[in-house]
Amino acid sequence: MRPEPAISTAKPPVTPPALSLHSALQLLQQSGHALPLRESAADAVWLQAVIDGLCEISSRDPLTGLANRRQFELALASEIDRVARAGEPALVLMIDIDNFKRVNDAHGHQAGDVVLKAVAHALAECIRPMDMVARFGGEEFAMILPNCAPLFAQSVAERIRTHVSDTAIAIGAGDEISVTVSIGGAFAPQWVRSSALLWVERADQQLYRAKSEGRNVACLEQPTISLVSAEEKGLLFGTSQFQEFL
Amino acid sequence: MSILAVTSGKGGVGKTFLSANLAAALSARGERVLVLDADLGLANLDVVLNLQPKITLHDVFTGKSSLDEAILPAPGGFSVLLAGSGLVEYSRLTPQVREQLQDIIVKVAPRFDRILLDTGAGISDVVLHAISMADDVLVIATPEPTSMTDAYATIKVLALHHRRRAIRFVVNQVSAAGEGRTIRNQLQLVIDRFVAPHIESASEAIHLNLLGEIPSDPSVREAVQKRHLLLEAVPGAPASRAVGAIADRLMAGVGAGVGKPIAG
Repeated sequence: MRPEPAISTAKPPVTPPALSLHSALQLLQQSGHALPLRESAADAVWLQAVIDGLCEISSRDPLTGLANRRQFELALASEIDRVARAGEPALVLMIDIDNFKRVNDAHGHQAGDVVLKAVAHALAECIRPMDMVARFGGEEFAMILPNCAPLFAQSVAERIRTHVSDTAIAIGAGDEISVTVSIGGAFAPQWVRSSALLWVERADQQLYRAKSEGRNVACLEQPTISLVSAEEKGLLFGTSQFQEFL
Repeated sequence: MSILAVTSGKGGVGKTFLSANLAAALSARGERVLVLDADLGLANLDVVLNLQPKITLHDVFTGKSSLDEAILPAPGGFSVLLAGSGLVEYSRLTPQVREQLQDIIVKVAPRFDRILLDTGAGISDVVLHAISMADDVLVIATPEPTSMTDAYATIKVLALHHRRRAIRFVVNQVSAAGEGRTIRNQLQLVIDRFVAPHIESASEAIHLNLLGEIPSDPSVREAVQKRHLLLEAVPGAPASRAVGAIADRLMAGVGAGVGKPIAG
């Protein structure tokens, strides 16, 4: 059994009704967006603030406040193009809460929401400013880590895994629980034109492996072995000025 | 007609700069030259040449336009065939894309003396396929260690898996005359030690043939920023003269292979 491809290229099955200005304003009010005073019917500053507010709402997951899947896919597409041209290593992690259904069954859906928020918060604490963490869907999260050296990838993933399992989550009335996550990761292929879809698929395969290895595990795709051995490099850069690159 | 693939291993070492300016130099010497963006959309040939193509290879592949419409005149007197960003979806080299590329080359061949394939960076299947269509390969590198390592990796794959025995070599951005020769010699040494022993017949030596070196030259950056061909903007610049010398050696047959190797 193979995991489902994470990003669907199919069109959404329904066309949502057009958003009226009235409901747009309601949405903004609900999510606590303050708008400037509307000077006139054609106030450009006010209209821009409405658009900015709507963009903000449409890129966030309302429950956790993280970037949503749409925002994640946008970032992923631009990151893979950057890696293809610049050759920097970039890592994608797919992070799934283990046995989440049991939390819902034992403590109710509200507790489930509290757990999702707490895990989101814990994940957000693990990242650098240029990284991105998103709620991918359900109890699955995704991270993009640009310029993450393969050498450190496993320890980065382990740090995230243990930080989540070390987080005590208060689910009301003095009850505290903790959850674990399984993590799958893959690097974007360097200097190679690839697609965001393939990248996430490869990370998903590693997530599947982490689940089948008993959960609460981080599995990363092994980078392809370098074509050039240390011996070859040694001869190529026989002089000391290149030692730092060996 | 002969096909030359220009490749580099690492990106950003001047592959597209060389393809465009070499094409201009060859045109100035009377050759009919076509530069084909074999990077399938990732190349910035259009940017370097300041072209805003309306019709690209993608339109030819999808049957929207004819091949004739997609072949554009470039500033240096040569022709270009651009992939266009629509070819992003060809990230996996399907047999269909292989056939389409091959088909296009066969069709344009009678009209040109030489086709330059501006390949992508790295050694992906798309790049290797583009190289496999060429009679000869030109590897460009800079003296920077990562560039040299990636150039070596490319040469190794070409020799071991694609049976290339003669590879043309250009060193870009050298800081002193003769640096290109030194780098070529060092690479040849590593090839002889680590690659040659894996080749069945000892008589089949692998030759890395230096076509020339291009000096570090501030006018290159200026020309790129203005989106001009260096050869047209500053014909007397040291880098322009170096590209001209490379064109001369190419036309004289320096470092040519013995025809297209067997696909492997």
